[in-house]
Amino acid sequence: MASLESALIPILAKYRGDPTALLQILREAQEALDWISPETEILVASALQIPLTQVKSVTQFYAHLYDHNRGKYRILFSDNITDRMAGSVALFERMQAHFGVEPGQTSADGLVSIDLTPCTGLCDHGAAMLVNSIAIGRLDAERIDEIAALVKARKPLAKWPAELFAIDDNIHREVTLTGIPYVPGSGLDAAIRLGRAGMFDEIKRAALRGRGGAGFPTATKIEGARNAPGVQKYIVCNADEGEPGTFKDRVLLTSFSTRVLEGMAIAAYAAGAAKGFIYLRSEYQYLRAKLQREIEEMRASGRLGVSIRGAPGFDFDVEIHMGAGAYICGEGTAQIESLEGKPGRPRVKPPSMVIRGYKGMPTIVDNVETLAHLTEIALEGGASFARRGTRASTGTKLLSVSGDCERPGVYEYEFGVTIGRVLHDCGAVAPIAVQVGGASGVLITPDEFSRKIAFEDVSTAGAFMIFGPDRDIFEVARNFAHFFAHESCGFCTPCRVGTTVQKNLMDKIAEGRGSRYEVNDLMRLTDFMRRTSHCGLGESAGNAVRDTWLKFRPAFERRLVPHDFAPQVDLDAALEPTRLATHRDDAAAHIPAEG
Amino acid sequence: MNANPNGKPPLKVRLATTSLAGCFGCHMSLLDIDERLFELAGLAEFDRSPFTDIKQCGPCDIALIEGGVCNSENVHVLRELRANAKILVAVGACAINGGVPALRNRLKIGDILDKVYRDDSGEVHIPDDPELPASLDKIYPINEIVRIDYFLPGCPPSGDAIWKYLTDLILGRVPRLDHQLLHYD
Ligand SMILES: Cc1cc2nc3c(=O)[nH]c(=O)nc-3n(C[C@H](O)[C@H](O)[C@H](O)COP(=O)(O)O)c2cc1C
Ligand code: SF4
Ligand code: SF4
Repeated sequence: MASLESALIPILAKYRGDPTALLQILREAQEALDWISPETEILVASALQIPLTQVKSVTQFYAHLYDHNRGKYRILFSDNITDRMAGSVALFERMQAHFGVEPGQTSADGLVSIDLTPCTGLCDHGAAMLVNSIAIGRLDAERIDEIAALVKARKPLAKWPAELFAIDDNIHREVTLTGIPYVPGSGLDAAIRLGRAGMFDEIKRAALRGRGGAGFPTATKIEGARNAPGVQKYIVCNADEGEPGTFKDRVLLTSFSTRVLEGMAIAAYAAGAAKGFIYLRSEYQYLRAKLQREIEEMRASGRLGVSIRGAPGFDFDVEIHMGAGAYICGEGTAQIESLEGKPGRPRVKPPSMVIRGYKGMPTIVDNVETLAHLTEIALEGGASFARRGTRASTGTKLLSVSGDCERPGVYEYEFGVTIGRVLHDCGAVAPIAVQVGGASGVLITPDEFSRKIAFEDVSTAGAFMIFGPDRDIFEVARNFAHFFAHESCGFCTPCRVGTTVQKNLMDKIAEGRGSRYEVNDLMRLTDFMRRTSHCGLGESAGNAVRDTWLKFRPAFERRLVPHDFAPQVDLDAALEPTRLATHRDDAAAHIPAEG
Repeated sequence: MNANPNGKPPLKVRLATTSLAGCFGCHMSLLDIDERLFELAGLAEFDRSPFTDIKQCGPCDIALIEGGVCNSENVHVLRELRANAKILVAVGACAINGGVPALRNRLKIGDILDKVYRDDSGEVHIPDDPELPASLDKIYPINEIVRIDYFLPGCPPSGDAIWKYLTDLILGRVPRLDHQLLHYD
C-alpha cells in the first residue's frame, strides 16, 4: 500500500484543495488506501482547512465510505427483494463460509469483508454484488467460488476475468429513445437552429415531464432557472438511480449516453447554464471511465466546451461526481448538498433549487431519461413528441422490468400502456402482484392490471418488479421496510424513528410474535410518516407495508398470534443468563407464557 | 366507568399506579400537581399504588406505569395491571424506551452480576435466594411485554403534563399535550 502522504497528495492536488470536493476526495482516498483512517481524515481536514468533524460527518454519512478497515476486498451483496428471489441469501452465506466471517466483519488477515447493500441496479442480472464498488451480476454458486478463489489469491481486481463484469442492456422493447439511432451532434445542431427561446418553446410544447418520479414539467424548471438571477447556472443529471428495482438509467448511461450528455447541453442552452454535473451512483462506478472518455471526446469534437458547434455563447461543460452509497442523494436537494461535498440531507424548501441550488445558484436537477428525451424534442419538435403517450403524459417511458418473468430488462413504451400489456410482453406467468415504482411505489394486484402507466394513473420512475404465484408479499414489504430504515438520512424524527419502528414491527410479525396490536401500530405509523416527514423518503416509506396489509392481508394474518398480544421476546428464555449465573432453577426464576 | 349498575355516569374512576424499573421520579412528578391532588381525589380513587400500599390490584379503569421491565417481578406486576386495568399508560422515558436503566443493555447480565458480586479477594457470591426477582437479560420498554394504550413522554413528564393527560383520560377525551408540555429545553 502506498504511504498516506504519497497517496493523498495527488488526490488533494487534483481537487486544488477545494472543500466542496470533500466527498470526491474521500472516495478516491478510499480507492487508494482501502479505507479512511483517522490519519487520513486528519490530513484531509488540514489540507482543506476544514474542521475534522466536517470530514467525519461525511465519512459517517455515506454507506460506502469506511472509517474502519474493511479489508482489501470489500464485497457487498445486493439485497433487493429481486436479489433474494434469485437466491442471494444462500450465495451470501456461501461467500461467508469461504472466509469464515460474519456480515460486516473484516477477516483476521485483513483480506476481505462481506456485507449487504441495497439494490445495485442489476435486477435483470439475477443476484448481484459489488467488489470495491465494481458491479458483478449473474451470481451463482460457481461464480461465488470463482470470486472467492480470486480474492484468496489476492489477484488485483483489474486482472479478474472480464466476463465476470459483463453487464448487458437487455432492451426488449424499443420505440423512439432506444429505437431510433442517434447521430452525435444532431440534437445540438437542431437546438442551435431553434435558438435558446425556440428550444425552450419546443420543450414546453412537448409537455415533457420529469422521469425521475415526480413528473414535474421540465419546461417550468428550465424557465425558472432561466429567469432566476445568478452569475452561474447549473444542470445536474440525476444518475443516482437508487430506487430499488430501477435500472433503466444504467442502460441509458451505457448505450445512450450521447443522448444523455447532449440532452444536458440542450437543457443548458435553453436555461442559460454553462456547467453541468452527472451525479453518478457509487454502484455505477464501472461506468465512470466510459462516461469520462465520452465527455473528453465531446470536448475534442466541439460538442462540449466553449461555443459548442460553433454557436457563439453556447458554452457548457460537464463533470462527473460520484455518490457513495446513499439512496437519499437521489432526492434533488440532498443531491445538491452531496455535490457540495456534504452529507446528503434534503434542504428545506423554499427556496426551490431553480432559484437557489448548487452553491446558491439556479440549478436544474433532472433525471437521466428526462434529459435524454430532450434530444428527441430538439430533433422532431415538441408537437411531434407530444403525439406519443397520453395527453397528460407525453412521450415514451422506459420501464425496468424484473422479478418473475421470462425476459427481465428494459422496455420502452408510450405512456398509457397497461400493466397487463407489460406483463404479457415480458412473459410473466400468473403474477400475483407487481410493485410499480420501486420500494416507494405502489403494489398492484391482478384486479388492477388494466391500469395504465402514466402520471395520471400509475406514476413511476420505471421500476416494475413482478411477483409470481409462489411469492410471499409480506417478505417483499419487510425487505422494503429494512431498506427504508437503512436509508433514512436521520434528519427528521418521524422518518428516523418511524422507519426503524416499522422495521422492528415487521420483524416481530415475521418472527410469529405479532398480533393485531402491531398491525394497528403499523397503520398509524405509516400514516404518521406520510403526513409529517420532511421529504419524499419518509413520506413514502410506509407505502409498501400499508399496501401489503390492504391487498395481501392474509400474508400478515397467518403470521399473527391468535391472542391479543405477544411479548417481543420469549421471556423465559430472557431469564436464562441469570439462571446460569445464579444457579437457580426455582419456579420464581421462570416466567410462564401467557395464554 | 366501573361498578355502574344504574347506567349513570360513574362517580369516580379507579386508578392504579406502579413503578417498575424506574426512579420514582415520575411518581414524584404526579405529586407535583400540588393542590390539584384534592381535585384528583374527587375524580379518582386509588387501587394498587405506592400511595395506598394496596398489594394486589383489583379491576380498575386506568393504570399509570413508571419504569421499564428489568426482572421477573416487573413482568408479573405489569401482567397483573394489564389483566385488571382497562387503560394502561406508559409514563416517562423509562416505561416508553427503557430509559436510564437500559444503559445496561450493552452488557451481558451474567458479566454484570459477576462484577457486582465479586469481592476484593476476587470471590463471586451471586445471591441465589428464590425470593429475589430474577433479572432479565435486558431492560424492556413496557410495550414490548404487554399491550399499552397510551404513552406519556418526559423524564419525568411535568406535573402539569400528567394532570392534563390524566384528566383528559378521566373525562373521556383523547389525551393531547400541547407544545409547551412537550418541550423539554
Ligand atoms: C428519496 C428520493 C430518492 C430519489 N431518487 C431519485 C433518483 O435516484 N433519480 C432521479 O432521477 N430522481 C430521484 N428522485 C426524484 C428527485 O428528487 C427529482 O424529483 C428528480 O431528479 C427530478 O428530475 P425529473 O424532473 O427529471 O424527474 C428521488 C426523490 C426522493 C424523494
Ligand atoms: S424524511 Fe427521512 S430521508 Fe427525508 S429528511 Fe426526514 S429523515 Fe431524512
Ligand atoms: S422517566 Fe425519568 S423520572 Fe421517570 S422513572 Fe424514568 S428516570 Fe425516573
